[in-house]
Amino acid sequence: MASTIRLKTKIRDDITTIRLIVRHPMETGFRVDDETNELVPEHYIKKISFEHNDKLIFSCDWSRAVSKNPYLSFMFKNSKVGDKIKITWLDNLGNNDSLESLIE
Amino acid sequence: MLRRSFLKILTSSTVLLFSGLFTPIRLFAEWKDSAFSAKDIDTAIGNYFPNQNIEKTDQIKIEIYDEVENGAVVPVKVKTDLKMVKSITIFADKNPNPLIANFDLTSACIGFVSTRIKVSEPSNVIIIVNANDVLYMAKKFVIVHENGCG
Repeated sequence: MASTIRLKTKIRDDITTIRLIVRHPMETGFRVDDETNELVPEHYIKKISFEHNDKLIFSCDWSRAVSKNPYLSFMFKNSKVGDKIKITWLDNLGNNDSLESLIE
Repeated sequence: MLRRSFLKILTSSTVLLFSGLFTPIRLFAEWKDSAFSAKDIDTAIGNYFPNQNIEKTDQIKIEIYDEVENGAVVPVKVKTDLKMVKSITIFADKNPNPLIANFDLTSACIGFVSTRIKVSEPSNVIIIVNANDVLYMAKKFVIVHENGCG
């Protein structure tokens, strides 16, 4: 199955900009399903972590108020083309996914 | 020969088992339920940053539209020149649960984060930055026309 994580990296000097979108419904638990007329149970990412060459550099704690298919961007120093990036997320139902990639 | 392949299977399955078990547990640590489930802004901030003073600052730049049609997708960009930024936390004061997201930065990171959030009604988007263990706050009002939390 294709990864839920779509990652783009851009490097200038030694500063990498990370941009990503995660495919995830981010259900709040308040939304009513049009067909069943019932509330859709809450289902959202709680944690994402980012490792740069196996070292944790950035992590997130999220609520259900982060938008559907979450978008995130951040920047970090001391990086170069070919460095390893690992992204891992975990949601409230215990689902998780991760992606390993290289800075390009 | 049989023993060798058996060991191989054992080792690889152990690795699989461990990677599957430990990643989520490590990730799950410290998600502050008492702050995320708080229903008003003062409780949310107080539970996330217990017994800490928060200073107002103009050194946090919040980029957010003044007015957004659909509250389900409100882009927010935060930039700060404050040194040694350890965390950036986003709240919307009128949301059913005002604490939206926290980002933990390490010393390698630039004081910057960009994301998209849900806002239920016209609200102050409040940003709290921990810079060298001092908390700073800035806010910006956003008008939303359609509830983004439904």
